[in-house]
Amino acid sequence: MTITEKILAAHAGRDRVEPGELISVKVDMVLGNDITAPVAIDQFRKAGAKTVFDPEKIALVPDHFTPNKDIKSAEQCAKLREFAKEQSIRHYFEVGRMGIEHCLLPEQGLVRPGDVVIGADSHTCTYGALGAFATGVGSTDMAAAMILGEVWLKVPESMKFLYHGKLQRWVYGKDLILYTIGDIGVDGALYKAMEFCGESIENLSMDSRFTMANMAVEAGAKNGIVEPDKVTLEYVRGRVKGDYRVFRSDPDASYSAVYEYDAGKIEPQVAFPHLPDNVRPISEAGEVRIHQVVIGSCTNGRMEDLRAAAEVLRGRKVHSGVRLLVFPGTQQIYLEAMREGLLEIFVEAGGAVSTPTCGPCLGGHMGVLAEGERAIATTNRNFVGRMGHPKSEVYLSNAAVAAASAVTGRIASPEEL
Amino acid sequence: MTLAIKGKVWKFGDNVDTDVIIPARYLNTSDPIELAKHCMEDADPRFAAKVEKGDIIVGGRNFGCGSSREHAPIAIKAAGVSCVIAESFARIFFRNALNTGMPILESPEAARRIEAGDVVEVLVGEGLIRNLSRGEEYKAAPFPEFMQRIVDCGGLINYVRERIRNES
Ligand code: SF4
Repeated sequence: MTITEKILAAHAGRDRVEPGELISVKVDMVLGNDITAPVAIDQFRKAGAKTVFDPEKIALVPDHFTPNKDIKSAEQCAKLREFAKEQSIRHYFEVGRMGIEHCLLPEQGLVRPGDVVIGADSHTCTYGALGAFATGVGSTDMAAAMILGEVWLKVPESMKFLYHGKLQRWVYGKDLILYTIGDIGVDGALYKAMEFCGESIENLSMDSRFTMANMAVEAGAKNGIVEPDKVTLEYVRGRVKGDYRVFRSDPDASYSAVYEYDAGKIEPQVAFPHLPDNVRPISEAGEVRIHQVVIGSCTNGRMEDLRAAAEVLRGRKVHSGVRLLVFPGTQQIYLEAMREGLLEIFVEAGGAVSTPTCGPCLGGHMGVLAEGERAIATTNRNFVGRMGHPKSEVYLSNAAVAAASAVTGRIASPEEL
Repeated sequence: MTLAIKGKVWKFGDNVDTDVIIPARYLNTSDPIELAKHCMEDADPRFAAKVEKGDIIVGGRNFGCGSSREHAPIAIKAAGVSCVIAESFARIFFRNALNTGMPILESPEAARRIEAGDVVEVLVGEGLIRNLSRGEEYKAAPFPEFMQRIVDCGGLINYVRERIRNES
């Protein structure tokens, strides 16, 4: 069995499961945000439920339209806050103590290797980087899981992605995953599990692994997953509470497809509008003028990303025609970046640094694009209208490329500076 | 359960994403009527004004890809759309539609053959799609039994309510 199958079997109380089987599994954590949880709370009431199955196993994170963008969003957040209070949900994270959900939960030790996590947010798959099974669901599923502590799932077939070689300078997990999505397409892993392995992955930081698992959904996958190793165990040590189980794929596990990449040959990648699979290497990006640069989000708002951006921006200035927006993923990352002097570098360069929020990533607030404007962002989606006007454009890249582009005013490699 | 649906078709391409179905900028509310006003706005700004009650959406591959927002099927349903047919669905959209009782059918043949403006009749339980404009019939994959039970209950919440009642 694959790691995904083993985790699901263990949570279904079974020895084995087969791809394609519909099973009911116990969940270790249920997540909701200020967009999805209000709908789930309504459904919770509609089902006639009085209490959640376990208040310790629910996390509520107001991060999308926070700090409250307007009256309507304030009311959505109030609904979350009141529900958390009513149900004694301790893992409710208030503005000033919060972060973007998928940066926050691992950081706070709320996800352990071997766990099953569902979240009413498609990028819940991020936690697969810890060797957990994590997948996005809708609000009604979230409501049912808050009540029953379980979720119905179809056991996915697994696809194996092997990366060999040493990564070039300025190449990160973001580039590997963009390259992969460019190869297999936005529905290339539809309903499937993407298992990332090979020596390039073993040498990858936890931050880069989160980035890769984060974007599994951009290939249509149910989950992305990396087998726990030294790097994982080092990360969770002192963070997570209680026992956890480390699962690994059997050597004879079966995969619906196996892909192998010479990762040493992969350059920094850029996804052009309007799909994440419209990917080109930076050397073939051509002359693309940009108006805004967004560094942050659940994909690339972690220390590795901020350090890469700061390395590029140190002693340089943001191009006069560009607005640079930096969004650290959590309050803790914000603090760490402040202590390391990274925030100072961003501000000295002429960038704006914000409290953690999803804001611009989904065109919500804090950096919406006008008609005809172009942005390069370290986020995960470049759909039509994703960051604002339907006639604006979003290009996706790693943080170093985004920072270099902020300096030149066009999409550029850090090598060009 | 035989749920017969008849309506005029609106056709869209591959990879219709949830930001097109309901742009995130409108997600500061979950009111179906508000959401319906902006349904499919970034693909066709006049869709919400033109669509008529009972109409059917036909999409290509990977319909509903992107975010987990249940606001997507909610917006489609509240706009008056009675059913979505596609070559394939993104998995969270598929779950959400099922869980909220929005009829969806997966049929590559129907997705290819049906054109915009065709009048189509759908027998959801049977997975049968009749193209009245062209005199053709297409089959859709039936739901597995467990999913059919959720559909028969009228969505996941009714199913959960039953379970709570039986357990107490
Ligand atoms: S940062 Fe963007 S992709 Fe991540 S949870 Fe927020 S809105 Fe979603």
